[in-house]
Amino acid sequence: MKKSNMTYMESVHRDGKYWGIGVGILLLLLPLIVSLFFGAMPQWDALLGGLIATAPMYWAVGIVEIFTYVPMLGAGGTYLSFITGNISNLKLPCALDAMERAGVKATEEEGEVISTISIATSSIVTTFIIILGVILIVPLQPILEAPVLKPAFDMILPALFGGLAVVFISKNAKLSVAPILLMLALFIFVPALNQSTVGIMVPVGVVFTVVVARILYKKGVL
Amino acid sequence: MEFSVNHPILFVIVGLVIAVVLAQSVYFLVRAVKRAKALGIASQTVKKTISSAAVFTIAPAVAILVGVVALSKSLGIALPWLRLSVIGSLSYETIAANNTLTAAGMQAGSTVTDPSVFVTVFWVMTVSIAAGLVLVPFVTKKIQGGMMKMGMKDKKWGEIFNNAMFLGMISAFLGYVFCDVAGVVKGQTAGLIPVCVMAVAAVVMAVLGLLSQKLKIRWLTDYALPLSLVAGMASAIPFTAWLA
Repeated sequence: MKKSNMTYMESVHRDGKYWGIGVGILLLLLPLIVSLFFGAMPQWDALLGGLIATAPMYWAVGIVEIFTYVPMLGAGGTYLSFITGNISNLKLPCALDAMERAGVKATEEEGEVISTISIATSSIVTTFIIILGVILIVPLQPILEAPVLKPAFDMILPALFGGLAVVFISKNAKLSVAPILLMLALFIFVPALNQSTVGIMVPVGVVFTVVVARILYKKGVL
Repeated sequence: MEFSVNHPILFVIVGLVIAVVLAQSVYFLVRAVKRAKALGIASQTVKKTISSAAVFTIAPAVAILVGVVALSKSLGIALPWLRLSVIGSLSYETIAANNTLTAAGMQAGSTVTDPSVFVTVFWVMTVSIAAGLVLVPFVTKKIQGGMMKMGMKDKKWGEIFNNAMFLGMISAFLGYVFCDVAGVVKGQTAGLIPVCVMAVAAVVMAVLGLLSQKLKIRWLTDYALPLSLVAGMASAIPFTAWLA
């Protein structure tokens, strides 16, 4: 298909695929390139040990995350976010806030465009802040590691989702009761659920809320 | 080449890769801005989206920078710089590094001096999180296409479905805020810190929303989320001193 005959969405998918494959190969080759530069092979037993201890869990979570986050991020947002990361703590809240304020729906092309703009901006700003930080790491280190500031950085997720929750719960009050009650009960009474396992609970919350929404919709409550 | 975790060549390699990643974001940004124009979205809306996304990003990005500093003690600056600029997170990278260092018989936190240990950590960090990297180019169109179709078939349900997904994610994180409150019955009040922080952020958000409506201050809505985020984070300092 010629470019001029493609819809915007089709071209986003095509470009996203090529960029994704290109950057993906580059990232996966990097350890090899560094190996060659220093003439150092990995320690095979430590590599195997490290992979066995890390990869199965994060691959499982990663696959579930694709199905959870792709519909929310939109196409362009997905292709960027799954390269630059920090999805739940930065990119997705940023996109949600942007679509909400612009009054566009994620299911429409307007939503796709606004979501892409906000996520791309957020990625660019993050990259520059980290570059600046790396350049200034010597003078910045004592400030960034100051014990007095540590609680602020530790509490970024509660602070972020407190604000976001107000917006979305106030607009979807009926639908939010059941998932919030379920998640409160689970997190309060199941000790294994904490900051490191919240990622696994996101898909649980999403599927549960969609099922509740379907029931309420069929009953005409929503 | 003699190895060091802060060898200049590592910065060159990482810098080049980050330039490519940056180029992708710029490319998608330019295309989306052009498309917004074609769709008739007001340029004011586009500008506001860009400026508030930029402001909102500052605090979380500084938190990511704190992660680079934390990881740099054992791995130097270049590798954490790369790893925290691409998919992954501080908690993931720390776990991956520690699992590998333990398997290599090293203590977590001590500086890596052996290049073979360094590349081993690099491999594990890269491969263990690669699910999204490998699969997203091939499955996104299918998933996204299914969503769009559903939205076209029943517009109202499409919207509700989307809101339900957002709410499901938000409720999981709200649940997490309360994960340690059960300790209060045993006198451990630290579990209340995230709850108080969340409450402060929520109140600030609600007040800003009302203010902007009543007083018709548009820019307040644009920066309400970053303001509530920073207010919540700042409140964590006194709450921690009080409750921990």
